[in-house]
Amino acid sequence: MTLTPTTVTTPTGPPAAAVFDRVVEAGDGILLTVPSGGRLRIVDLHGNQAVDTLFYDAADIGHRYSAFDTIREQGAVYLTTGSRLISNRLAELAVITEDTCGRHDTIGGACAQESNVIRYGEHTRHLHACRQTFLAYGAAAGIGQRELGHNINFFMNVPVTAAGDLKFDDGLSAPGKYVEVTASRDLLVLISNCPQLNNPCNGWNPTAVQLLGWW
Amino acid sequence: MRTETSYRHEIPGGAAWSSPVRAGRLVTFTAQGPDANLTTLLLGADRLDRLNVPDTLKAQMSARITAPMVLMSDRGLALASVTASSLDWHDALTGIGHEQHLTRFGPSSYGVDRNDWRRSARTGLVSELNKHGLGEADLHGPVNFFTKVGITEDAKCSFGFVTGHSGAGDSVTLRTEQDVLVVCAATQHPLNPGPYAPAAVLVEVSLAPPTELAGPDDPSVQFRPESARALEQTRKAFL
Repeated sequence: MTLTPTTVTTPTGPPAAAVFDRVVEAGDGILLTVPSGGRLRIVDLHGNQAVDTLFYDAADIGHRYSAFDTIREQGAVYLTTGSRLISNRLAELAVITEDTCGRHDTIGGACAQESNVIRYGEHTRHLHACRQTFLAYGAAAGIGQRELGHNINFFMNVPVTAAGDLKFDDGLSAPGKYVEVTASRDLLVLISNCPQLNNPCNGWNPTAVQLLGWW
Repeated sequence: MRTETSYRHEIPGGAAWSSPVRAGRLVTFTAQGPDANLTTLLLGADRLDRLNVPDTLKAQMSARITAPMVLMSDRGLALASVTASSLDWHDALTGIGHEQHLTRFGPSSYGVDRNDWRRSARTGLVSELNKHGLGEADLHGPVNFFTKVGITEDAKCSFGFVTGHSGAGDSVTLRTEQDVLVVCAATQHPLNPGPYAPAAVLVEVSLAPPTELAGPDDPSVQFRPESARALEQTRKAFL
């Protein structure tokens, strides 16, 4: 299927000004470099699409995004505008500087063939999953199994309750919603546009997203 | 001939410890003081597969660790089951404490403080991982046994450290489901607002009685279909 990028007009500038403009199809991924100060926007073209994302210091893949350091340092589970994305060495890798969705997850991890078997049963073992995409696109930068930390799920809604329960819920996102991160140093960004078919994180129908970059 | 089938070891407050533990053992951690925090990593038999907290939580629809949950790996295997716990909440959301979190207590060094010097969980965990040929890249989301953060259901899902959640004598028991490497640090939780006073933790390792192993009536097998499937995948992987 050929996908036509959707035109997105926002207060921060039209896509014509973007130096990077790429559609990532459902189930595909990308590894890209975002320079310090660069803004990367992820646009949920069709709504309710989880975008599994990892950040690495471009100079050292041992220095990477840490979900639980990020959560602890902000004293809150959900990510949104103002959230500082913290590394495993307690440094700031990026900041979420715009968010028209309002809530993003970083405790739900990425889907894998093996975790699909646990969650949904043996019949899902050979369904495509994010971990394959991470490993396939990460390889070019030397990112292997040991270097995969716990990721962000942009546009995904994983409510946590005071009683300590957690669930995957219908997304809060909608067509055209976007989130933008500003890099605090030169970054490698590893993305899997989630192919999960077995829960509502993609609205039961994985779809394409658009990446726009200004730097 | 060896007849001892168990051992005990006390991890002093502020110290880290690691040990291989074979499959079918019970590992009981007992807090020796108030507000203990045992930041714990688990690596599988091949030392590459490791604890995956997000997968463990989402598969069992929980934002905390307690009995009879199964602790699951990146590769979808059961590493250990929580067979007993005096607490209904062990934190798995707030990660590993850093040296920077200790600066509020002032400078500390071996030269001045000898073995009472203040060290972070991260320093201790990386040191222990290095001894096994592993290192910083193998750090992963840990379980902070004995710690609870209280969740507020606001727009950001805010949380804060719950002082007094655990006390001396609180305990948690893991049953190893494969040969694992246990790596842990009995260090003060970085969100604990109190003075520096990390509690020691007693570790007891023993053979699990055959009745304790995951059969069809096992509480962890019964807990959720997802928990049972993780245990079944481990059975297949180590058949």
